[in-house]
Order: sequence, then C-alpha cells, then structure tokens
Amino acid sequence: MNKILLIIQREYLTRVRKKSFIIMTIVGPLLMAAMIILPAFLAKWSENTDRKVAVLDETGWFFEKFKNEDHLSFYYVFGDFEKEKEEALSKRGDLLLFIPLPELNVPVSAELYANKQAGLNVTSYIKSVMKQTVENKKLIASGIDPNIIKSSKVDINLVNIKVDEAGIEKKSNTEVEVGLSIFAGLMIYFFIFMFGAQVLKGVIEEKSNRIVEVIISSVKPFQLMMGKIVGIAMVGLTQFLLWIILTLIIVGMVQLFFVGNDMASMQLPEAQAGLLNSATQSESNNPMMIVTDILGSINLPVMAISFILYFLGGYLMYASLFAAIGGAVDNDADTQQFMFPVSIPLIFAVAMSGVIVNQPDSTLAIWMSMVPFTSPITMIMRIPFGVPYWELGLSLLLLVIGFTFTTWMAGKIYKTGILMYGKKITYRTLWTWLTAR
Amino acid sequence: MITLEARNITKSYASHTALDDVSIEVPEQSIFGLLGPNGAGKTTLIRIINMIAVKDAGEIWLNGKPMQPSDAAHIGYLPEERGLYKKMKVGEQAVYLARLKGMSHHDAKTKLRWWFEKFEIGGWWNKKVEELSKGMQQKIQFIVTVLHNPRLLIFDEPFSGFDPINVNLLKTEILRLREEGATVIFSTHNMASVEEICDRITLINQSKNILSGDIHQIKQSFKTHTYQIRYQAPRNLLLPASKFEVVNDMKKGECQEAQIKILTNDTANVLLQQVMQQAEIIGFNELLPSLNDIFISEVGNNNGL
Repeated sequence: MNKILLIIQREYLTRVRKKSFIIMTIVGPLLMAAMIILPAFLAKWSENTDRKVAVLDETGWFFEKFKNEDHLSFYYVFGDFEKEKEEALSKRGDLLLFIPLPELNVPVSAELYANKQAGLNVTSYIKSVMKQTVENKKLIASGIDPNIIKSSKVDINLVNIKVDEAGIEKKSNTEVEVGLSIFAGLMIYFFIFMFGAQVLKGVIEEKSNRIVEVIISSVKPFQLMMGKIVGIAMVGLTQFLLWIILTLIIVGMVQLFFVGNDMASMQLPEAQAGLLNSATQSESNNPMMIVTDILGSINLPVMAISFILYFLGGYLMYASLFAAIGGAVDNDADTQQFMFPVSIPLIFAVAMSGVIVNQPDSTLAIWMSMVPFTSPITMIMRIPFGVPYWELGLSLLLLVIGFTFTTWMAGKIYKTGILMYGKKITYRTLWTWLTAR
Repeated sequence: MITLEARNITKSYASHTALDDVSIEVPEQSIFGLLGPNGAGKTTLIRIINMIAVKDAGEIWLNGKPMQPSDAAHIGYLPEERGLYKKMKVGEQAVYLARLKGMSHHDAKTKLRWWFEKFEIGGWWNKKVEELSKGMQQKIQFIVTVLHNPRLLIFDEPFSGFDPINVNLLKTEILRLREEGATVIFSTHNMASVEEICDRITLINQSKNILSGDIHQIKQSFKTHTYQIRYQAPRNLLLPASKFEVVNDMKKGECQEAQIKILTNDTANVLLQQVMQQAEIIGFNELLPSLNDIFISEVGNNNGL
C-alpha cells in the first residue's frame, strides 16, 4: 500500500473516530434542522392550544368585535372587574381582557390578564381588532366611510425578472439570492478556517512531540504534509455530506411524524426568512411557490458543485500555508504572528461581502473572485446572482494554479522547519528556506 | 565486507558548518559508536544517513552500492528526542509506524504480538500512549524501531531515560540483534555503555572526525604503560625514579595498591622483578585508559584546552 495513502488513512480515521467529530456531526444537523423546523413547529404547537378570552369592556366600543378564530375564542362578561378576573383566571383558566373606560374619550389602552404568558398571536390579534375599531370610529366621526379607505389600499407585487445572455427570462428575487450568497460565503470561510486549523494543530503536534523524525525517516516530508492535508480535507467533506444527509433526514422525519401532509405550512418560516417583506398575500402567489420558483432560477447543481470545488481549492490553498506555519514554529504562541497575515485575505473577502452582494458584477467583485486568495469566498457569493461559465472556469483554473504554488512553497518551508527546534523564526529565515535549493 | 560507509560528508547550514569532510566505516554485524560532545554534528550525520537531511557533498554507500531512498526500509532509527502520537492507541500506532516502513498489516501485528509478549507488555495494546509512563513509551519506541528487522539500526542516545533494569534489557536485545545479523550505530555520551558493547568508534568534534578505529586498538594506542599492582608489604614500594613513576600507592583494605608508570622502553617484567624483591604480589594488570579519559583528553586537546 502506498505510504501517502497510509498517512491519509491515519489522519482520516483518527479524526473521524474522535468524540468531537461525532458530536459535531450530530449537533450540526440538529441545529440546522431546528432552524428550519422549530419556528414552524412552535407556531403550529401554540395554535393548537385552545385559549378563551373573557372580555370585560367598560367602553362598550368593542362588543361583538372580537371574532372567534381557530383555537382562540372570546366571550363577554359584564360584572365587577375583581370578581370577573377571579372567575376567568382562577376558576375557568381563561384570559381576561379588561378595557377600562378612558379618561379622555378614545380607549387606547387595555389590560390582558393571564395565568400563562399569552401567545404573540393572541396579543397581536387583540391589538389589531382594537386598532381597527377605534380607527373606524374616528373615520366615521370625521365623516369618512371606512370602506373607501379600505378599497383604496393596494398591495404592490414587484417581481424581478432576470434576463440572461440567451435571452431567457427567469423570475428572480434578490433577497433569497443574498441570503444564499452570504450563507455560502460564510460556510466556506468557516470550513477553511476550521479544517485549516486542524492541519496547523496536527503539524505542531507532530513537531512538538518529535514523532516527525521517525516518520520522515520512512516517508518524504512532502508526503507527510500532503497526506495530512488530504486526510483532513476528506474529514471535511465527510462532515459536510453527513450534515446535508442528516439534516434532510431529520427535516423529513419531522415532517412525516409531526406535521403530516401539511407541507406548505412547514416551509413557511423558511420562505419568510428569505422573502422578508416581499411576500404578497394573494393565494396564487403563496410564499412556498415563490421560493420554489426562485430556487429554480438559481442553478443549484452549479452552486453545489462550485461549493465543493471552492471549499477544496480554498482549503488546499490555506491548509498548505497553515502547514508551513506549523512546520516553521516551535509552539502555539509563535503561530499568531504568522497566522494573522495569512488570514487577512480571507477576512477581507468576508468583510467585503456586503459590497459583493450589492454589486455582484462590479469590477471589484470580479477581481476578488479571480484572485485565488479571495476567490473561494467571493466567487461562491457571486454564483447565486449568475456568473458566466468562462469566469467560473478561469477562476477555478487560477485557484488550482494558486494552491499548486502555495503547496510547493509550503513544502519547502515545511521540509526545513519541521526538523528545526529552538530557533526564533523570522520572515527572513522563511525566505532563506524558501529560496534554498 | 562493509555494510555502511560514509565518505567525505560535508554539510553546512546558513551560519555554520555541521560536518566537515567526515568519513565513517561501519563493518557488517558490528556495533559502532558515534561519539562527540554536544553540537559536534552527530545528529546531523545520523540524519544524513537516514536521508532526513540532505548532504552538501560526499557519498553514503550501503553494501558497496550508493544508498537509495528505498533503502530506508532496511534502516531502523530511534531518534534522541522520542515521541509518539499521544492520543493514539499503542497497538494501532505501532502497526501504523511499521506499515510506513513497508510491512504488511498482518506481519506487523504478528511480530508486534511477539515483541509485546517478550517485553511483558501485552496489556498495553489498547492503551493510549498518553496513559503510559515515559519509560514505557520508550520501550514501545524501541520495539517499533526494530520491528521490521532492519539490517542497519541507528540509535541516538538509546539508554537515556531508562532505569538500570531496562538498560540491561535493551543491551541484551541490541547484542542479540547484532548476533542475528544487524549492524548497529550508536550515538551517545555514555562512555561506559560504549566500552561495554561497541566494536568500533568514531569521535567527532567541531564537525570533524578526530579519531576512529577499533575500540581495542584505540585503547592500546592511548595506553600510558601504567600498571596496577596489589601487594602485601610492610611499607610502600621503593623504585628508581629514573625508570618508574609511582602515580599512586596506598593501602586498600588488607593490602596495598599501587599504580606505576614505566618511563623507559622496559617491559612489565622489569617492573615485576623490582616489586617481587620488596613485596608479595597479589594482583597485577595493565591500566588501559577508559574511553572517558580518551574522550576528554582528545576533545580537550582539539579545542585547545
């Protein structure tokens, strides 16, 4: 068996069997699934509890104005406040809405008494009914028919249509694209740092406990470095795939067991996140449909493949630099001075994300998506907005050239540094190692 | 037949020369001591032989052929600073290191079981390295070094950190491995162990080879014609000062003990004749300089002390 494969195997297996890996693998999808499911689930669950509200209206303005909704019903009481409160809360376990007679003529305040916190849907419903009622009364008092106001209201439904080079029109929605763009960019950033740091830690471990000398009497330093980098990359891909699969399984199971066929309501919060305030209320345009439509306009397979390619490329680029740092320094404390300059391009790419999503086709964005130090993050952020294939290809090619170069450089520094102890490393020493034959 | 030969090895780092035209010859099935004070270049030479470091000039020959990278599989190397992966299990780690040397998974496992049995450490297989004491870790490392039956064994300070019982165990194993055909290179400061087991030595100082050869010949060439005599007599020996120098003469237990240096070309017989007239001789032997003495005087001279 090839020795580099042995090294990859060890790096992979020791990490995949670690408790922290297993915990991350389970917790990650749980969190992601929770982010998708929980809002929907909570909304559903709180709706399911029936709540009754006793209304004690001293003004008489709101009589019969509160209509019974699903799981929320109103009844009117007319007794003394203290007595009715006692009756409603303690005896019947209901809520009590007390609307006192205002000192001025318009009732603008009310009190809601409850044993348990009244849900948001209860309070917002009561508020909206009261607001509506008072407004209507005021309008009538001014001689304006509330129906005229109502009928003059319009909802504007603005649909963005993106026309691509072939002239094919696609419905697009910037909010979803921005969300996906920033999410993907941050994920790449996070993954590069997380797994790059593992390479750094692994190299420092081997150097500081001196096993490296035994190993490089059997294999070449470059093989050891590449074995580690590739092994950890595979750990990253494994984690990534497991996350996707597990998240899908969890979401699917929850849908199956708890929500049944009510798929649309499941997807609602997710849709809201992306759509923010752009959703329209009309039946034919329900949010679920919009999301499906827009996701269709983003080339998801291209997005997924690019994500993996840019993760790998970016990781190889930075992991080899981290390996070189680990090989050059003696201890964790010394790593900081070299880590920072190496990380600057990545941090810069993330810092510029606002500019990129605002103008994904600007000169700055195009340049940043070409330079291999920033392209993994910037390009993945541009892809949801549509990127010509030639740009994608060129950027990937530059990335390959980039990581080949950094790996070659790292190999030279690593080879010399790994056997060097107790020496203060400066940029000048690194340069001599790099230019050494 | 010579197993390993290093010819005119030179190696410079940016600021200093680590090895300056150093040559060594290690005959087959011998135990070779590489001696020298700290910083003399021993570790660099060992790393060059192991192909970890690159030489600037010179050649390494193995069995009459220039050494190839593939020869690494025939070398077992125990570095001075030892280390293992702390979080890995002992057995798994040993198998991994053996496989890096080119052994098959099955062979590695079988041989490891045998060694673990021999060192009575069978119960450690599934322990993590960090659970073991330092001496225990060194045992594991020794096993890993010799597991793939290397024909050339290189030990850098093998006995440091071991208790006397384990030092003995190791010595026995090293001698046995030599009997089985291995050639051993030692680097050490521990002159007593060198004298005990080495056949040949090379002394390196300030990047240069200052002394090498068969250990007995070296001792002969450094001898000072000093003899030790134990005798019984009512008084100290009286010897002509023109021919002999009494280095020391004192009572030791029941008898007297004297160290006498012959200043002329006379043989020991002449000395004995003189002594016999004055005392009853109980014991007589030549005092050869210890390797320690040779080391100190040679390195001292070389450094102009």
